[in-house]
Amino acid sequence: MSQATDTETVREDGIIDSVSGPVVTATDLDARMNDVVYVGDEGLMGEVIEIEGNLTTIQVYEETSGVGPGEPVENTGEPLTVDLGPGMLDSIYDGVQRPLDVLESKMGTPFLDRGVDAPGIDLEATWEFTPTVSEGDELEAGDVIGEVPETESITHRVMVPPDSEGGAVDSIEAGEFTVEETVATLDTGEEIRMRQEWPVREARPAVDKETPTVPLVSGQRIQDGLFPLAKGGTAAIPGPFGSGKTVTQQQLAKWSDADIVVYVGCGERGNEMTEVIEDFPELEDPQTGKPLMSRTCLIANTSNMPVAARESCIYTGITLAEYFRDMGYDVALMADSTSRWAEAMREISSRLEEMPGEEGYPAYLAASLSEFYERAGKFENINGTEGSISVIGAVSPPGGDFSEPVTQNTLRIVKTFWALDSDLAEKRHFPSINWNESYSLYRDQLDPWYRENVAEDYPEVRQWAIDVLDEEDELQEIVQLVGKDALPEDQQLTLEVARYLREAWLQQNAFHDTDTFCSPEKTYRMLQAIRTFSDEAFSALDAGVPVEEISSIDAAPQLNRMGVAEEWEEFIGDLEDDMESQLRELY
Amino acid sequence: MKEYQTITEVSGPLVFAEVDEPVGYDEIVEIETQQGETLRGQVLESSEGLVSIQVFEGTGGIDRNASVRFLGETMKMPVTEDLLGRVLDGSGNPIDGGPEIVPDKREDIVGAAINPYSREYPEEFIQTGVSAIDGMNTLVRGQKLPIFSSSGQPHNELAMQIARQATVPEEAAEDEATDEPGSDEDGELGEGADDEGSEFAVIFGAMGITAEEANEFMDDFERTGALERSVVFMNLADDPAVERTVTPRMALTTAEYLAFEEGYHVLVILTDMTNYCEALREIGAAREEVPGRRGYPGYMYTDLAQLYERAGRIQGREGSVTQIPILTMPGDDDTHPIPDLTGYITEGQIYVDPALNSQGFKPPINVSPSLSRLMDDGIGEGLTRGDHADVKDQLFAAYAQGKDLRDLVNIVGREALSETDNKYLDFADRFEETFVDQGFDSNRSIDETLEIGWDLLSALPKEQLNRIDEELIAEHYREDIGEQVEATAE
Repeated sequence: MSQATDTETVREDGIIDSVSGPVVTATDLDARMNDVVYVGDEGLMGEVIEIEGNLTTIQVYEETSGVGPGEPVENTGEPLTVDLGPGMLDSIYDGVQRPLDVLESKMGTPFLDRGVDAPGIDLEATWEFTPTVSEGDELEAGDVIGEVPETESITHRVMVPPDSEGGAVDSIEAGEFTVEETVATLDTGEEIRMRQEWPVREARPAVDKETPTVPLVSGQRIQDGLFPLAKGGTAAIPGPFGSGKTVTQQQLAKWSDADIVVYVGCGERGNEMTEVIEDFPELEDPQTGKPLMSRTCLIANTSNMPVAARESCIYTGITLAEYFRDMGYDVALMADSTSRWAEAMREISSRLEEMPGEEGYPAYLAASLSEFYERAGKFENINGTEGSISVIGAVSPPGGDFSEPVTQNTLRIVKTFWALDSDLAEKRHFPSINWNESYSLYRDQLDPWYRENVAEDYPEVRQWAIDVLDEEDELQEIVQLVGKDALPEDQQLTLEVARYLREAWLQQNAFHDTDTFCSPEKTYRMLQAIRTFSDEAFSALDAGVPVEEISSIDAAPQLNRMGVAEEWEEFIGDLEDDMESQLRELY
Repeated sequence: MKEYQTITEVSGPLVFAEVDEPVGYDEIVEIETQQGETLRGQVLESSEGLVSIQVFEGTGGIDRNASVRFLGETMKMPVTEDLLGRVLDGSGNPIDGGPEIVPDKREDIVGAAINPYSREYPEEFIQTGVSAIDGMNTLVRGQKLPIFSSSGQPHNELAMQIARQATVPEEAAEDEATDEPGSDEDGELGEGADDEGSEFAVIFGAMGITAEEANEFMDDFERTGALERSVVFMNLADDPAVERTVTPRMALTTAEYLAFEEGYHVLVILTDMTNYCEALREIGAAREEVPGRRGYPGYMYTDLAQLYERAGRIQGREGSVTQIPILTMPGDDDTHPIPDLTGYITEGQIYVDPALNSQGFKPPINVSPSLSRLMDDGIGEGLTRGDHADVKDQLFAAYAQGKDLRDLVNIVGREALSETDNKYLDFADRFEETFVDQGFDSNRSIDETLEIGWDLLSALPKEQLNRIDEELIAEHYREDIGEQVEATAE
């Protein structure tokens, strides 16, 4: 158990004084800030957010229709905590870690009823525990004491709680245990169970934060190729509606090479979460070949679920991520969308009648955002292992205007920026990440990895692609005025090369079985093939071949088929040969 | 039930009253004025000794001596299958002179959220008969797909066309095999289902539309016989604005009952969401809340989500709720908070375009910014046709390219463009003339729609079709059309 219960004292229940949507005030409630309380006769879960004299303000995580003054408020004396232990993977939670499948069977209806609580992990299930320490070993907080095969692909490491005093192992044994049974005792008398609790608003401790040097390989060409994210890095995906934020997030959740994925659907669509629930168990993890769901934990607080739980779901997600990080895993957390989270803060803030900051958002918006993103990083854990949390936050700026407060405050923190563009989306260029506006500040620190693991000249080839795309951007302005045919031949050819970069390389079909995942090697080879075309084409041009003839060779349009080619190594090799011979035939 | 004569303040649509017993949040209130008129309202804020009440019918006639009764329950909608064919006002009372409604159940209109775990992912194609929707932005059962329009556009005609024509093809055979609870009692509905796939029960929620618009809808419903399978909720422009906040909830509660209890496939048309949001703003202002963007309340996203998210399918339940909300974008600006927040909640949007309308295209749907997020799983082999996705992608890309060239051609003229560019220009024109402009009365099957798509694409050189699988090109590409175009060009 966490420290919250250590200091538990008998606390007085309160009486509801007023109700206004998710905000309830109570009198005579003896509570500390952020304590969890049960509100009203139905026992709706809430959290203390303001204390003023005898009046306590509570945000309620459930609908408050029908709740009235005079009803009781019961204090648990604990802050909002999550249950940590085996059983979190392959599950789907709401914003306060109630498992939605358990809620469905407990409520007996497909609609979310009120006042039903359920523990975050199954208290009755038993797990095969194998100790990794023996009696007499000295343990400190955070140390791993044993392992549990949690899912097909993930071994759960049972740890001494971070707030433990430590001590020597008195007794420990292998066997089948529930999460609440003692698996080890220390000589201090402390009993260690598989289940831990941790308050969501508090970061779990770590020794040190390090500079990330390994990329989170996403299998998406534009991301791996141009704007990579590091394991332990932070990224933002802002974009207006319909520009493909959710598909981009889901692609990362499916194909990125993290050990654990925590996917937080914060105030988004119900059907989208259903899609994830239906799709993921059928999909294979490209690294291990095991079902994707066995490394995934979903948190779904859809837009019509209570707004206060939307505010907390981000914290629930990051706390689960930190727990897996402590085991030494690389965790990727997708938050879709942080704007909805910010709006939940705004909604509650306005019900509290706080003085609003920019666009009605509370003045502490920037602080809350940076506090959240700072929980990402590559860490040296207190047990000596290394783990990382990469955070990818979608942002939904109103009207697609990036100058609004949530986008701006996010950009001040994150180091990778994938700007989604509605013009590209309208042309059905997906992923519609704008290559002129996006950036990644991790490029330099990740280059050694790419040189070593993909190709020695990876950074150079990438720079070539960027230069061509930049040049195209400038030329397009002229083309808009005078037409393509008015350009000199070499510039026309540059446009042709850039077109292949856009259509064959940057575009990637998330719904195509093969194209949906592209390894860094394939990403590199595809780029190289386009560069081969470019080199050969410019040689032909120098030899006096007209650009029209160059661009009409049969082989070139085949570049567009590289992404969907299954035997891509062979396909690209042949294609390069074809292009070379066809172009050389022209002169 | 306690009665009070303790009104302390009347302000806009709000009434404040002192109470000596606790009153629940969202509870229903009846206020009887001294003239004997009974007004209904809802508790907006309840605190010890004082409640604020939002009155649906407007606060005219209320004075300090009016009596206030708290009914001790939240707002309920009496639901029954017999509602089909009825016309109700914005608060759910019959206005068609028909018999009194004997409810099967009384359901809370706020409605609980569907557990995401219990949902079933929507992937059944709905054929609306409109090429620009079926071909390019396919609607599926359980989706919420709004129409983004602006004042003076024929969005109502489009909505009526969809309501009239929407079917799920090839469902009839399935229905006979599995005993569908919705069709056993209602003979006429069953017959319709046998003929041409299953039809939808239509719930029509009108919020603040003019009497003339309402008549158009009613005439159309009566003319086509659609009224028998419809429930109509009418809050007209001169009805109280505050009532508009409950009308869509009444409509959706009825829809959920018919879908998830009675097994109907329900199509909900809500018009006009802009009026609904104006009513929200009015209440927010009266309560002196801190306003969000453009004076709309900060909780408008949550509020709209609580309406739009009441669409979908549930595992193990027969029916479905599909929503088509209509909103008129102020100033045709989709960054305005109403379309903006809507777009973030709904699964796509259909744009009605004033420029296309002024050129006389019917329906004037601009396919480029339009989007259906659930399309990819609702089309393809076994659902529509195997070539649907590729054809759609290519049509989008080619149309975008043609439209890009239009700007250029204004400057340099057609002669300065290459032959291929000219083909794209022609393509964009013909796409609008044949694919989009089909008229409000034509009902195209998905096969017809895709064949028109191939006709258009075949006017482009084969090697330009880079989004389509080569085998499909071999199967469908019309060599003769390409040559014809070539011939006429020369």
